[in-house]
Amino acid sequence: MPQITPLRAIVALLTTFGLGYVAYTLGAEPLPVILACIGGLAGGIALGSSGNPNAVPSEPASPEPPPISDESLFPTLEELMNAIDDPSLIIVGRRVVRANPSALNLLGTHIIGEDVRLAIRHPAAAERLTGEAGAEESRVAMELVGIGELERPWELIIHELKGNARFIRLADRSSAHAAEKMRADFVANASHELRTPLASLLGYIETLQDGAAKDKKTRNRFLEIMHGEASRMQRLIGDLMSLSRIEAEKYRAPADDIDLGPLIEEACRATCTESGFDSTSVEIRPETGDVHIAGDRVQVTQLISNLVGNALKYGKGADPVVVGYGSISETMVRITVQDHGEGIAPEHLPRLTERFYRIDPGRSRSLGGTGLGLAIVKHIVERHRGRLNIESEVGSGTKVSVDLPKKPSAMSSSRNENVTKAGTPSLVATRDSR
Amino acid sequence: MMPKNSEHTVSAFDDDIGELRALVSEMGGLAETAIGDAIHALIRHDLETASRIVEEDSRIDELESEVERLAVRLIALRAPMANDLREAVAAIKIATVLERIGDYAKNIAKRVPIFDHRTDIEPLSILPSMAQIVQEMVHNVLDAFAARDAEVAKQVIERDSAVDDFYDSLFRALLTYMMENSHNITQSTHLLFIAKNLERVGDHATNIAEMVYFAATGDYLDDRLVGEPPVPEAGETEE
Repeated sequence: MPQITPLRAIVALLTTFGLGYVAYTLGAEPLPVILACIGGLAGGIALGSSGNPNAVPSEPASPEPPPISDESLFPTLEELMNAIDDPSLIIVGRRVVRANPSALNLLGTHIIGEDVRLAIRHPAAAERLTGEAGAEESRVAMELVGIGELERPWELIIHELKGNARFIRLADRSSAHAAEKMRADFVANASHELRTPLASLLGYIETLQDGAAKDKKTRNRFLEIMHGEASRMQRLIGDLMSLSRIEAEKYRAPADDIDLGPLIEEACRATCTESGFDSTSVEIRPETGDVHIAGDRVQVTQLISNLVGNALKYGKGADPVVVGYGSISETMVRITVQDHGEGIAPEHLPRLTERFYRIDPGRSRSLGGTGLGLAIVKHIVERHRGRLNIESEVGSGTKVSVDLPKKPSAMSSSRNENVTKAGTPSLVATRDSR
Repeated sequence: MMPKNSEHTVSAFDDDIGELRALVSEMGGLAETAIGDAIHALIRHDLETASRIVEEDSRIDELESEVERLAVRLIALRAPMANDLREAVAAIKIATVLERIGDYAKNIAKRVPIFDHRTDIEPLSILPSMAQIVQEMVHNVLDAFAARDAEVAKQVIERDSAVDDFYDSLFRALLTYMMENSHNITQSTHLLFIAKNLERVGDHATNIAEMVYFAATGDYLDDRLVGEPPVPEAGETEE
């Protein structure tokens, strides 16, 4: 008979108290719970003293609590399996005997009772899953790609259980891979975005060289298109450069004293002229008196111009875009840009500030978008230790609000702390409440 | 802890069928991964992966003969009837096809060293999207096999025409490319063979789908649904 160490006794105690707790959380009456705990205590003491072998549970290698009178308090294996969010299986030998709902969802409902290789047919896993049980390690983890869906990364974790059983859990690794992929995608996207206008420019130039230049009408039309493509490239390069500049200065807080009113007015006027809109298509509504912020003049101008530009492009144009600003607290100023366009569906909101993310790629390009506007806004807001919030309702429009810290009149450390805490921008989707 | 499975009278028979299906699925996993890896290796010019794929093909061959042996023994000893017999026959046929798919993957992998690191063949960029569809077909048909799902099998067959379209457009693009510059001919021809291999994998996925459909329902699929093979172009050979 194996030795009973004090450690083992403590484990037994903890196990039984744990069971008591589980029973409690399952909504049991307090009395049986207390009884269960006392039962555990008794078992633990019996184990610790090791005097009477009859008092010790039959399998000391894995200390089991002594029987509790009311077994209905225990969660069933099925309940436990269902409580695991990751796809999980129990296999005995090679056969799948239990699978939780997310496993059935991922691998198909047919897998129970089948050979595990029919459920998970990845070659790397097959070896581990079908090998002899009781291998040297009790926990094996491996990275797999393409279970359920093609190209989806998973971590497969195998726990050897007693007998010939194994517990298998699949942990989703998509998010870890996503960050890496995003960086690679960025370079690919950026070069692709640049290559498209370049290719069409070259095409037009070649056509002109082939003789189309003789016809004045064609030539002018071509030149106009070429001008458009070239300016698109210019805009894109400009956007890329400002993005990298903002990122480089990320940790240096901006310090210009900006009077927000005149700056907003000027930025709106410039944006309207640039994108060919009447200056009446933007309405500026100051909500409080003049407000000063600590910011980078160029960047704040760009922020407003990007937001207003978006609102003009995607708003219907009938109602003016409303730009409001005013102080909302001792330390913060809020700028809002609201359009009355078609709005954005909630599933797009979290991804709007991703680089080159477009809800409708064709439309965005035809309107001259680079796909970087909101990414730049996000970075500017982050650098200013502010907050970005996008609310949108399909059919009635989008409202973007930016909270920026005020210029501190006197240095006060607690205020500064408040300001710097606002970290990543948050996005909120408002749905119809019916 | 294991619930006693008492639904079947001759559980040894079920074990055999289960083992047979598991082996086919394992083969499928290998073949599927080999195709995906081969294309990745080609695009990234990953010689190491390429040579690993060539080596690992022997494992698929081993499994094929194992499936054959087991199926023949099952038929001889247990004289299965109806859907069990169909299952056994389908397993043999699917194993043969999967072995071919493994060979195509090996063929693609063997050609990886031919493409130089700096090669910038424009039509090469079409290949990943084509491979994507082919891979999905193989993946889905193996899922259909595991689930005995005739409906999914049918959907796989419907996708084959997309692969053929890809092949046709790649064929044309490569032809133009070769005409433009005779220096490109060697690499373009190899690329053409790779595309052809992928197209064949797509066809084989369709074959498996037909067998899965047959094993599940006992019916043969309508020939019209299976679709016409692409028009053979000049100089095309079966590999």
